[in-house]
Amino acid sequence: MAVIETSAMPAMAVHNLSRRFGRHNAVHEYSLQLHRGDILGLLGPNGAGKSTTMRMLTGNLAPSSGSVRICGVDLVAYPLEAKRYIGYLPEMPPLYRELTVDEYLRFAARLHGMDSAALPAALDEVKQRCELNAVGKRLIGVLSKGFQQRVALAQAIIHQPEVIVMDEPTAGLDPNQIQHVRALIRELGRSHAIIFSTHALSEVEAVCSHVQIMHHGRLVLDAGLGALKQQSENLETLFGQLTMGDRPMREATR
Amino acid sequence: MITTIVCKELKILFASSLAWIFLALMQLVLAWVFLERLHTFLAIQTQLTQLVNPPGITEVIVAPVFSVASIAFLMITPILSMRMLAEERRNHTLVMLISAPVSIAAIVLGKFAALMVFFLLALLLILVLSSSLLVGGTLDFGLLCSNVLGLTLLAACFASLGLYLSSLFSHPALAALSSMGVLLFLWLLDIVALDVVAHSVRYLSIFQHFENFNLGLIDTFSLAFCLLFVVAFLALTMRQLDRERLHG
Repeated sequence: MAVIETSAMPAMAVHNLSRRFGRHNAVHEYSLQLHRGDILGLLGPNGAGKSTTMRMLTGNLAPSSGSVRICGVDLVAYPLEAKRYIGYLPEMPPLYRELTVDEYLRFAARLHGMDSAALPAALDEVKQRCELNAVGKRLIGVLSKGFQQRVALAQAIIHQPEVIVMDEPTAGLDPNQIQHVRALIRELGRSHAIIFSTHALSEVEAVCSHVQIMHHGRLVLDAGLGALKQQSENLETLFGQLTMGDRPMREATR
Repeated sequence: MITTIVCKELKILFASSLAWIFLALMQLVLAWVFLERLHTFLAIQTQLTQLVNPPGITEVIVAPVFSVASIAFLMITPILSMRMLAEERRNHTLVMLISAPVSIAAIVLGKFAALMVFFLLALLLILVLSSSLLVGGTLDFGLLCSNVLGLTLLAACFASLGLYLSSLFSHPALAALSSMGVLLFLWLLDIVALDVVAHSVRYLSIFQHFENFNLGLIDTFSLAFCLLFVVAFLALTMRQLDRERLHG
């Protein structure tokens, strides 16, 4: 199918995405417009539906209704085409402990259809970015948690995807590593569209251009960070207000 | 895309000592059986010459080796297949394959092909062992081919069944136990069917079909049964993986 490349087309367009498990509404009418250069922080209490949403955005879970379009390609109708443009870092890093870092990243690139001619350059670049140069020949199983997380991150970006989806990329890292991952996200955000979930509100304020808050499977806030700052809203108090009581959905101020 | 998955599976398989130990042990046991049968053959050789249509070395030595190899394949299948899907699920790596622009069919076929490459490697070792007889005689290549075909089909049946059971569990040990159980049941079915009149039960036993090939009988029914068995379980595996995407 033909994809018309226009700068106006969002990298990821999600419309009224819902997912039911039996009678339970895990995600209800989630919508999103993400352009290249946007960094979206997805916030919400545990069990709010963040991971379920991300699994749907990456084709790991079929939505009950609604649509996901990646660079204009429908994810449900043309999954193989659409998945080319996505890089996904799941909550649990998908690592093969028996492979070396180089072997693993090469496999990740090939899996995303990268041809062997472009591979060495891409491997060098991604190792540079994620500071993995020193451990290329080592087995993933013997690396520390921080390195493993970086390898998993490298796996998500080696094929230069348009959209990068990250589920709690800084969970379980030490403060220095968190700083490093944040800097990396900021840098990647210049040329990619990024959506990531987190529990650290300060992280969103430090890195993101947009913020969404989910509660009980529904979006309760969808706003640009600049707009929030102008209204001198404090993210922490806002998060508390929106996810403790049952206030109606706030108008989008993007 | 399938080759990428095959390469990865083989790399991981041969990175562990498991594959090497199995190949070594299998070769040890088969060489022992081989020498035992060779010894028997040499002892009865003079009596055999008095028969009108005496069995040759292929029939006396090679066929039993293939028969024992089928049991060795049965033993290793659960351990190999549990890694394929159940362990990937447990290690959260299956997500990486599903998120990639690769169809579920390609994932399943890649894993199946990797298992087959391993089995064919084991088969190659058996062939080398058998062809050592060429030093002192000639082999019945028709019977040898029939055995090779039979063992390949049996391995394909094992691999597809193992993959399906692996797709059902997220605990590798459970996957291994269940495929061991089912394979032993199929084996027992063959033994039980010998004295029970129920002839139809024998048709269901993949070992019964292997025995035909083992005797040098290439039966189109056995051939069709094995191929259908493989296709059915591969299709079920793909369905199961797709079900997870649909039902969570």
